[in-house]
Amino acid sequence: MKHIKTIETRNLCESAKKGGCGECQTSCQSACKTSCGIANQQCEKTAEQSK
Amino acid sequence: MIHQYKLGGYNIVLDICSGSVHAVDDVAYDIIALYESQSREDIIAAMAEKYEGVDGITKADIEECYEQVTALKDMGRLFTPDTFEPMADTLKKKTAGVVKALCLHIAHTCNLNCSYCFASQGKYHGERGLMSYEVGKQALDFLVANSGTRHNLEVDFFGGEPLMNFDVVKQLVAYARSIEKEKGKNFRFTLTTNGVLIDDDVIDFANKEMSNVVLSLDGRKEVHDRFRVDYAGNGSYDNIVPKFQKLVAARGGKNYYMRGTFTHHNPDFLEDIKQMLDLGFNELSMEPVVCAAGDPSELTEADKIIVLDQYEKLAELMINRDKEGKPFTFYHYMIDLKGGPCVYKRISGCGSGTEYMAVTPWGDLYPCHQFVGDDKYLLGNVFDGVKNTAIQDEFLKCNVYSRKECQDCWAKLYCSGGCAANAYHATGSVNGVYEYGCDLFRKRMECAIMVAVDRELR
Repeated sequence: MKHIKTIETRNLCESAKKGGCGECQTSCQSACKTSCGIANQQCEKTAEQSK
Repeated sequence: MIHQYKLGGYNIVLDICSGSVHAVDDVAYDIIALYESQSREDIIAAMAEKYEGVDGITKADIEECYEQVTALKDMGRLFTPDTFEPMADTLKKKTAGVVKALCLHIAHTCNLNCSYCFASQGKYHGERGLMSYEVGKQALDFLVANSGTRHNLEVDFFGGEPLMNFDVVKQLVAYARSIEKEKGKNFRFTLTTNGVLIDDDVIDFANKEMSNVVLSLDGRKEVHDRFRVDYAGNGSYDNIVPKFQKLVAARGGKNYYMRGTFTHHNPDFLEDIKQMLDLGFNELSMEPVVCAAGDPSELTEADKIIVLDQYEKLAELMINRDKEGKPFTFYHYMIDLKGGPCVYKRISGCGSGTEYMAVTPWGDLYPCHQFVGDDKYLLGNVFDGVKNTAIQDEFLKCNVYSRKECQDCWAKLYCSGGCAANAYHATGSVNGVYEYGCDLFRKRMECAIMVAVDRELR
């Protein structure tokens, strides 16, 4: 019996080893301008790879 | 750190530090809740008692479930310890001395007179003014000169109303395009507009040159026209909606946002989202108002209860529209679980005052558009660069681990400490915490992740 379904996600611990190119969008630059979060930002590298 | 919640018929478990998301059954949900505080034997006994005779759940099922939880822990997908704090300063300092985004206040004036405007009708509590080409050009040169090895540079034409200075916008875009190849840069432009001056020329230009356009519309006509009026007091809804529709129809799939503000007068903002959908828009953003304490528009604690419920209903609407083949996006629910930001971004936050600055029509630099007009936060100008390094250092120290209130918050790696301007206005410190905003943010994240789970498992 499968009790747990794990959704595919980016591994943050792994990203600590390779992350930080800084090419991603500045959080407030797109839509909100008043209540920033970063969860809805895209990683420029993964976006590039998925093209 | 673990966060568990039930929403939309799902039991969801987040492992904060690995970024893992799990959809679990009731037994697993209960085991995970007890896993770190009780022994294996005690947990299995408690579960056996709770689920005796329920849906044929046997003790063997419970033991199997316990082993699945343990396996995920061993794989670094549950109960992952927080090892990021020691690297927070180092990661944040990667942003030091590199500017990659500017908010160009191309016009400190506006053709609307919205009383809830955080920018005081575009004037930012100062003089009216338009940015000259010379100042704008210097701002772009400042950006290029300070962008280090960054390839992608972002420039937002902001105001006030930027289309009141449209010729300069066009000249600056032409200048940027003329230097980007030689400088090895890629400019991404955004235009934020109230729509009043949109015409065919603006539409052609915006759809050719702007990576994104942000179009201000508050939803229902009566809601929009309560605040978004001209200087004679006439509502702008009937004037701008057809223009927005024409611009979006011509956009050819490029990004845009219909961006609304909700206030104390419309905490039931889902009705405004529905109105935007009815008008044919499907890339949407609705933001809680930013205003001074005591302002009549300020959201109250009673409003918060309504707003949190609206966020849940918005998630339901999104799922239902998915099923009907009529999907739409909501800015705060656009969570990319596979390709989202790395931990560097999650720790460092928005980059205000370091990677990101606002430029006034006269070339003065501020940490972001929300600090413009506050003399204490004047950083320097685009001609002489940043001189007020003490203030910049305050922003350089802003990261999710610099706010003690964030340490035990499950959402810290989704918000990265939140908005410095909101924190400043709520607490007097950019390193403070705007708790009302935190409550809304956490609910938005729960909803966003639930929608993502539903899309994955449906």
